[in-house]
Amino acid sequence: MLLTLTTTHQPATDLGFLLRKHPDRAQAFPLPWGTAHVMWPEAGKERATVALVLEVDPITLVRGQATSSETGPLAQYVNDRPYVASSIFATAMNKVFRVSSARTCTERPELGGLPMPLSVHLPVVRCKGGEGLVRRLFEPLGYAVDVARLPVDDAHPDWGGSSLHALTLSATLPLADLLSHLYVLLPVLDDARHHWVGQAEVDKLVERAGDWLAGHPEKETITERYLRRQHGLVRGALRQLVPDAPDEDDEDADEVEAAEAAIERPARLDTVRRDTVLATLEASGCTTVADVGCGEGKLLHALLARPAFTRVVGLDASPAAVERARRRLKLDRRPSHWTERLELGVGSAVYRDARLDDLDAVVLVEVIEHMEADRLPLLEAAIFAGAQPRVVVVTTPNVAYNALFEAMKPGAFRHADHRFEWDRPTFEAWAGGVAARCGYAVRFAPIGAVDPTLGAPTQMAVFTREGSA
Amino acid sequence: MTTLTVPELSLVVLVGASGSGKSTFAARHFGRFEVLSSDHYRGVVSNDVGDQSASGDAFATLEYLADLRLRRGLLTVIDATNVRGDHRAQWVRLAKRHDVLPVAIVFDVPPAVCAARVEAREERAFGAHVVRRQAGDLRREVRNLRREGFRYVHHLQGVDAIDAAVVERPRPWTDRRDDHGPFDLIGDVHGCIDELLLLLDELGYTVTVTGDGDDAVHAITHPEGRRPLFLGDLVDRGPGSDRVLHLVMDLVDAGTAVCIPGNHEAKLHRWLTSGKGNPRHGLQATIDQLAPRGEAFRERVARFIDGLVSHYVLDDGKLVVAHAGMKEAFAGRASGRVRAFALYGETTGESDEYGLPIRYPWARDYRGQAAVVYGHTPIPVATWENNTLCIDTGCVFGGELTALRWPERELVSVPAAQVYCEPVRPLQAEPAVPARDVPDALDVTEVRGRRLATRLGVSVPVTEAGCDTAIEVLSRFAEHPRWLVHLPPTMAPCVTSKRPDLLEHPDEAFAYFRKRGVRQVVCEDKHMGSRALVIVGRDADAIARRFGLPDQAQAGRVLSRRGRRFFSDDAVEAALLARVRSALDAAGFWETFATDWVLLDAELLPWSAKARELLRTQYGPVGTAGRAALAAASAVIAQAAARTVASDGDDLAALGARTATRADALDAYTAAWRRYCWDVDGVDDLRLAPFHLLATEGHVHTDKDHVWHMETLTGLCAGDPILRPTTWRLVDLDDAAAVQAATDWWVAHTAAGGEGMVVKPRDFLARHEGRLIQPALKVRGQDYLRIIYGPEYLLGDHLDRLRSRSVRRKSTLALQELAAGLEALERFVAGEPLPRVHAGVVAVLAAEAEAVDPRL
Repeated sequence: MLLTLTTTHQPATDLGFLLRKHPDRAQAFPLPWGTAHVMWPEAGKERATVALVLEVDPITLVRGQATSSETGPLAQYVNDRPYVASSIFATAMNKVFRVSSARTCTERPELGGLPMPLSVHLPVVRCKGGEGLVRRLFEPLGYAVDVARLPVDDAHPDWGGSSLHALTLSATLPLADLLSHLYVLLPVLDDARHHWVGQAEVDKLVERAGDWLAGHPEKETITERYLRRQHGLVRGALRQLVPDAPDEDDEDADEVEAAEAAIERPARLDTVRRDTVLATLEASGCTTVADVGCGEGKLLHALLARPAFTRVVGLDASPAAVERARRRLKLDRRPSHWTERLELGVGSAVYRDARLDDLDAVVLVEVIEHMEADRLPLLEAAIFAGAQPRVVVVTTPNVAYNALFEAMKPGAFRHADHRFEWDRPTFEAWAGGVAARCGYAVRFAPIGAVDPTLGAPTQMAVFTREGSA
Repeated sequence: MTTLTVPELSLVVLVGASGSGKSTFAARHFGRFEVLSSDHYRGVVSNDVGDQSASGDAFATLEYLADLRLRRGLLTVIDATNVRGDHRAQWVRLAKRHDVLPVAIVFDVPPAVCAARVEAREERAFGAHVVRRQAGDLRREVRNLRREGFRYVHHLQGVDAIDAAVVERPRPWTDRRDDHGPFDLIGDVHGCIDELLLLLDELGYTVTVTGDGDDAVHAITHPEGRRPLFLGDLVDRGPGSDRVLHLVMDLVDAGTAVCIPGNHEAKLHRWLTSGKGNPRHGLQATIDQLAPRGEAFRERVARFIDGLVSHYVLDDGKLVVAHAGMKEAFAGRASGRVRAFALYGETTGESDEYGLPIRYPWARDYRGQAAVVYGHTPIPVATWENNTLCIDTGCVFGGELTALRWPERELVSVPAAQVYCEPVRPLQAEPAVPARDVPDALDVTEVRGRRLATRLGVSVPVTEAGCDTAIEVLSRFAEHPRWLVHLPPTMAPCVTSKRPDLLEHPDEAFAYFRKRGVRQVVCEDKHMGSRALVIVGRDADAIARRFGLPDQAQAGRVLSRRGRRFFSDDAVEAALLARVRSALDAAGFWETFATDWVLLDAELLPWSAKARELLRTQYGPVGTAGRAALAAASAVIAQAAARTVASDGDDLAALGARTATRADALDAYTAAWRRYCWDVDGVDDLRLAPFHLLATEGHVHTDKDHVWHMETLTGLCAGDPILRPTTWRLVDLDDAAAVQAATDWWVAHTAAGGEGMVVKPRDFLARHEGRLIQPALKVRGQDYLRIIYGPEYLLGDHLDRLRSRSVRRKSTLALQELAAGLEALERFVAGEPLPRVHAGVVAVLAAEAEAVDPRL
């Protein structure tokens, strides 16, 4: 809510001409979500300081704002927005100091573009990247950076430091440059926007930062954060800023890249897993298949691409994952012989589900380890005893193989959401028990490169209902 | 003038040549949406009302729309020529499929008149020969209409007759939606006159008899104006069928009782009127008992049975009564098969080992919003299933005679004095159609996109989106479903206060309950921590036995309000449970309640124990940012004010003062949440404040009032310092001084940093005019709400803008969640299978997924 800008240029009161603000006056500017006040705590020949104070109306500010998933449901109402220098601040600065026209000074033309010693103090900015990011953003632009991290709460020192910082930037440069840096970098530091980010923001970014951003070592970070990680916009902005960069804004660039990666790099484990499951289904003559725990739908894509699979059901317990799968499968652009074979929706392996009835196969690829082990009897009741498909395919990590992953700490799981990872005897004992109780025969197969003692990274169980062969 | 009878639920088929005046008539006598015109839909599908090539599509549209309307129970008029028999047959079939009456209205107008009218139309160009052919078709077939299946045929001959006709739309006999009772629904009496009189007495009725023998007249009164409603099978098997008939006929004639027929009445009627029938299954007993009665009495019985209506839809459609039950699609409809269903139910066509037909379990598939109460099938205990209830508890077989109080849904029974008749099949839940379901498999198709019918009478919607969210929570985050025997409801605040500087005040909570006839409320300290459901077993075996989790080493669980494990650290949970268990041991709780497990509804403190992440990422930094920014701004403003000559806006002194006020508000906000945080090094630093003793073996304690809950739990809390008793008081709402004292207590309590209080009706489940009212309202203090509405909510005109909040949605959700959560618990306590318990839990979480202002 506060920014002070100090100069020791002689005479320091020239700052008033550049900003078109008389040092003996205080002014107020009404803005949509509050009022911006400009005042001069000091204005001598040696040193002058102008202050921008924002009075934010918290109620107007929250209207129409979505809550972030990281914070609680009350984040809209209990938040630091009225207090920190954020994107609101950049907008207010633009309105009050007229960032775009500060390069020209009608009354004192010689001042426009004149480098002068300037210092900006922001008592509170929020920066999740910490001091390192602050320095990486401002130091390449020639600032001396003084940054101090604030605690989470004075009364609870054990709660540690917060993402809030007090920041002072000092440099000798034209005022217009400093304003343009702040205009772009305050929202980047804060990494949140009080308004919708669209193509207009790309234009503003190019207009304000065109001359310095292209050469900034953090230009990707800046562009990404400024444009709220909307990749289409980010690509467009970078292309305008750096015209020589290769044009990747191809409709199916993602798929092209993925295809390249598949050729260049050794086959990735998830691809091998998918292909093994597909081959297993094809070998067993299954034509109607459900992928339970389908995630973003890679296996669904492969199944739909093979006309032999006449009915494909994709279920996932996460509505968000189902939505992502729907997007990634580009169902709105697919021919009807794709969409008509697919049923995609929210569902879980622990619930009996009519959509799983009368199918040849149900596959559970890397699913069981995401549920608590005590839920497995529910899965058994729902899938093996309930839906009773002819074939069930289950894959899960082989924990013994973790020793071969260099990046993994001993005892850690491969994914934060894994509730367990099993070695081969444990998996085989569970699968054998299920098979015996529910009338299935089961065989096991490794997926991925097999280590002679530790086995393969992934283990697979293929259940076949007895009497169905 | 001719009056045309068109039953309120019927399919009306207009029959007449083009130009005979059908559309004009339909527009005059029926509603805008009730009439489906073939001309109109021919235009809709082809842009040309005269395009005969579009007739097929237009008729398909008509049939589709008529099908939808009839399924929804709406009278529908088919405005087409309908002069061809095959077209009419299509409509008769449709009417029968929906069990509504087909009605034909024939427009018999001279062909010349029709032709002249058609000529005059702009858009239709076909020759007079077409009209003449239509008229010819019609004249040949009009006398066949009844044979075609039309139950009413109105033949209007000539233009004058058509103009003079008026339409009368009688309601169906089954429609008694405007009758709100209250009723006492009584199951199969089967001549058990002594038990019936006992039951009526138990229900609070006074029965008087004047006169003797067949001329005796029975009368009945109830202090609350209640009426008995007999569900049929008054007669046969038992010792006093004639006396039961005598009593019920007198009451029904006087309008002080309602009765529907059972299959035994139908059989008796056949015997009385035709002398035919098999006297087995108890009919002989009735024949013998009626023999000494006079001929007039027997004739009266026959007339009485003849006048009985197969089933009724009552109380705004919330209650359906039928002897053998009623499918949703049949309720309120009229047809032979509806009557047959009401009297006999459906059978699968198979017989059981006793040679009795296996009944089709229609209740298992019932999804209707209306409660269906029925008899017919003797069962040991009346149990709700999908909002249906059979209350034939086999009195004549030595069971009980049972009544259901409506709308209270309370069961009242008297035992049979003796076994009057040996049942062919032992009295037990009859063998259902074998299900292919796995007994323990969870299944949400039962509730997804449907409603959960609860015994509290609240029908809880489970939207598909809500259900999806619930599945995610339950599959990914929640505890094992076997632990999830209940989830607590959300709680609504009182309506917004109009007092300055306050959003909530006790007055509004008291007013809510006073207005709904509540005389006494219990005010409880609202602890500020995190909601916790605590399941404590006497030992691990008890839990394994009762909750069916054989592998559990721990004798209990602490769950969050969304069904997650409260503690990530097993040791802390075990230690807490051990402390609660020893307090229960010491209080002799297990013996007192004859149980080896208990479910407590509680608040677990401090807030920071569960909300630490929220405090670290949100509450702490907001204060830090505010303090740093406001202090720096104050200093700058003061400095500038000292040297500024002119100001075009507010002067800087005013800005400085506002900034100082904001700093004060921020300090008050910080103080408000810091009160609810303290360090937790071990279980000794935790506080558990139980406020509901929800359930023990065999009992859901919602039948006890809150005074009982508070007193019982306060006693328990004495056993351990980590158990925090709740400060509470009973307030008589008619006692102004007591109300004032409670208000003063709230003022003092919130000023000292308390969150506020919860105001509950003394009864756990309170009703007003038969409907459940809010079980609790929270009244939060001014300082506490800074945590909710933000540090600056009291400044400037903010509060006035915040007052425009509505608590209605939240209140509705609170009732739905209460009903669904308690339904789950009742089912668990009754030993129902896991999927049935789980359905209630899914419904709570689905309701929780509803978007509602999180500040309420």
